[in-house]
Amino acid sequence: MFDLTGKTALVTGATGGIGGAIAQALHAQGATVAISGTRREVLDGFAAKLGERVHVLPCNLSSKDDVEALVPAAEAAMGQVDILIANAGITRDNLFVQLRDEDWDDVIAVNLTATFRLARAATKLMMRKRFGRIIAITSIVGVTGNPGQGNYTASKAGIIGLIKTLGAEYAKRGVTANCIAPGFIKTPMTDALNDKQREAILAKVPAARLGTPEDIAAAAVYLASNEAAYVTGQTIHVNGGMAMI
Amino acid sequence: MSEIGERVKKIVVEHLGVEPEKVIDSASFIDDLGADSLDTVELVMAFEEEFGCEIPDDAAETILTVGDATKFLEKNAKS
Repeated sequence: MFDLTGKTALVTGATGGIGGAIAQALHAQGATVAISGTRREVLDGFAAKLGERVHVLPCNLSSKDDVEALVPAAEAAMGQVDILIANAGITRDNLFVQLRDEDWDDVIAVNLTATFRLARAATKLMMRKRFGRIIAITSIVGVTGNPGQGNYTASKAGIIGLIKTLGAEYAKRGVTANCIAPGFIKTPMTDALNDKQREAILAKVPAARLGTPEDIAAAAVYLASNEAAYVTGQTIHVNGGMAMI
Repeated sequence: MSEIGERVKKIVVEHLGVEPEKVIDSASFIDDLGADSLDTVELVMAFEEEFGCEIPDDAAETILTVGDATKFLEKNAKS
């Protein structure tokens, strides 16, 4: 089950905790992976660790030109893009009334607009091949809201809507589109929380622990597989029971 | 039928899974050949690939029948 031999995957934000775990898991299932991120050295180090079937494609998702070039570069490197993992995301947290226009624009550009452009380019390739898996990493807070994250939650909720439309339009072409919504996962992003914040969060998690990037990667492997062909337009919540939606 | 017309016909038959005899110049992709709007986008992409040319959106909108496609490609095909 869940064998990805012969499949090709493009993973954005592969230098992050979740993106790295997803790239590693897809690779372990046999996929060829193109890992993307802004930090070339980190990507090179990661590629060396993975060994064969890896391509390094640095990309700054806040640059329109970089984004437009990424899927064609992945296609050139791997011959096709069967699986797109739109994972990269940034935060610029502030209370809503203090949220600056730049904070809004930056977060929407990287989290939502880049996801749209990458998914558009990838879907064009996938519909020709009658196979494709678009997997976007959204967030629990895109569904529940979260104080201090008006921009981030809007971008993540936007991704869920975008994915539903994609799922509906391309289901007949063998292309599925789904979201994974992580809860609180142990990554550099959540390491920035203080102890009090962490405690308050854990009190709301029935599983009584932070999730791991591997918890998310397992969901990505499933959605990427042939076995998940009948699953589209969905958001899989991986959050230890923190929100049951 | 021109050589380009034959290639257009072949692509339409393959993509829409219709009987070759239904693919005549006056046949509308949507009304006569059962295409939906996404099928027409795919057909345009397939024409671009086969004939090595770009079909801009405003031109694509005017390609409604098999004959429209053939006429456009006879003028614009590069391969």
